Amino acid sequence: MDDLYRDYILEHYKRPRNFGELQPHDLEGEEHNPLCGDELGVQIRVKDDRIEDLRFHGHGCAISQAAASMASEELKGMRLDEVRELGADWMIELLGIPVSATRRKCALLNLKVVRGAVGGDHDWPA
Amino acid sequence: MSAAADTTVPFGAAATPAGVADGGVGASAATPADAAAEGAAGTGVTAGPGAGATLDVRGDFPIFARAPGGHPLTYLDSASTSQKPAAVIQALAGHLGEHNANVHRGVYALAQEADGAYEGARARIAAFVNGDPKTTIFTKNVTEAINLVAYAWGRANVGPGEAVLITQMEHHANIVPWQQLCRERGARLRYLEVDAEGELDPAQLDAELERGDVRLVAFAHVSNVLGTINPVAAMTARIRAAGALSLVDGAQAVPQMPVDVTALGADFYAWTGHKALGPTGIGVLHGRRELLEAMEPFLTGGDMIAAVDFEGATWNELPYKFEAGTPPIAEAVGLGAAVDYARALGMERVRAHELTLTHYLLGRLREVPGLRVVGPPDAERRGGLASFTIEGLHPHDVAELADRGGVCIRAGHHCAQPLMRCLGVAATARASVGVYNTAADIDALIDALQAGREVFGL
Repeated sequence: MDDLYRDYILEHYKRPRNFGELQPHDLEGEEHNPLCGDELGVQIRVKDDRIEDLRFHGHGCAISQAAASMASEELKGMRLDEVRELGADWMIELLGIPVSATRRKCALLNLKVVRGAVGGDHDWPA
Repeated sequence: MSAAADTTVPFGAAATPAGVADGGVGASAATPADAAAEGAAGTGVTAGPGAGATLDVRGDFPIFARAPGGHPLTYLDSASTSQKPAAVIQALAGHLGEHNANVHRGVYALAQEADGAYEGARARIAAFVNGDPKTTIFTKNVTEAINLVAYAWGRANVGPGEAVLITQMEHHANIVPWQQLCRERGARLRYLEVDAEGELDPAQLDAELERGDVRLVAFAHVSNVLGTINPVAAMTARIRAAGALSLVDGAQAVPQMPVDVTALGADFYAWTGHKALGPTGIGVLHGRRELLEAMEPFLTGGDMIAAVDFEGATWNELPYKFEAGTPPIAEAVGLGAAVDYARALGMERVRAHELTLTHYLLGRLREVPGLRVVGPPDAERRGGLASFTIEGLHPHDVAELADRGGVCIRAGHHCAQPLMRCLGVAATARASVGVYNTAADIDALIDALQAGREVFGL
């Protein structure tokens, strides 16, 4: 059993949930990882100040794609003000794998995009 | 040399390129004994059976005593930065420990030693590529060298309606300074295209030059992504005939093949120390004397002046006019030791060694299912590197998986995002070889890639 590339990580990488476009949508965001040129975008539909539905698109490594896929399932139904406060620990815990300093950017790319899309701090993570 | 004994692995006969078995060995002026005189631990050259001349110098590089995760260190990222031989490390430490003083100012004996070390290094560094010390300028790196030309020459000589021509295969260092220049001066930046095999089309260069508006053409000698070796002398001749100037980014060329900046005929030729066995913090710019003399300084301050009064200043002679502030003294001494080491190996031998390894690398990469190499298909047309993608595996994961076997490769856009778009990929993995690599290093890479595919269930 691989520490980093666990079965569920690879499963999310190969068959990402909520991947694609969402039309219509209310919010969207996009970021790229300057280290590897990866791009990740998200489109969000809002109802009653909650994320009703979302899709992500782009390309990236197994860690960034699995993080986006796993987070997408948790984010549905979450209040926007809660999403704006989500921290790195939430994402790393959800991934459930040891994330090295160099892979941290990959793991957090999706959350950075989502936080930005819902009006969170653009400088995150510091 | 203790570590070297077990790393001389003969390559397969098929991996031996015809005609390079003794490539230029007879023409090489320096001998390994010269390196020993410089304090190198040894620079032996062994000919593996049926493999042609190959270098056996791993033992000269202290870093290979490391064994990350219990694996021998397999360093296949020399295109990013080379490892350093003991001779360079000793030269740096020796200078700082025994001869350190500022240059160009002191009257005491120690300062004269530092002067001698710095200018002596410049003379040897210039000679290494057949340049003139007076027109050999030390910068921080290639990026600064190109910026020097873009500011000091470009701002005075490129105007509205004129053009700068570069290529799609450039490193960001040879793109962004020209983008900024053209934006400021109302000039156009145009690109020569890269074909499916990663090469430029001479007819397109001619057609661009015929438009009559091109003031300067800037291009890589060897591409850091594709490995493509551009025909520099043929290109600079065309460019000169059209009345334009040429700037060549030699960052990837000088470390791995004989380079004669005079014969290549570029108006400006830039390279960097840290990819050429030397320390970081020192780049080299060779320029045509008349151009350098006519140019205003780039950075201003100490050391680059002849005289300063309250109203203004006059400029120092070449090359000091372009070396403002205390220069990279210890770095120059370190790079001087690096070129001594490389000369002793013989750059023809270095090229033959890396060509043999590149043949072997390309052949073995073909064994990996789903792997696609970008750039020229045959080793003769490329420098010692291969960028590749593997279906179902992101390059970042490829590099992570390789690292588990102690194999260091680069993953990403390699500071060439426009080229990545041309290739239709976001990123590639890249393996690059240096003088210290062996076929065993490439075998370790292939093993790691195969193991990585298994982790991903491919």
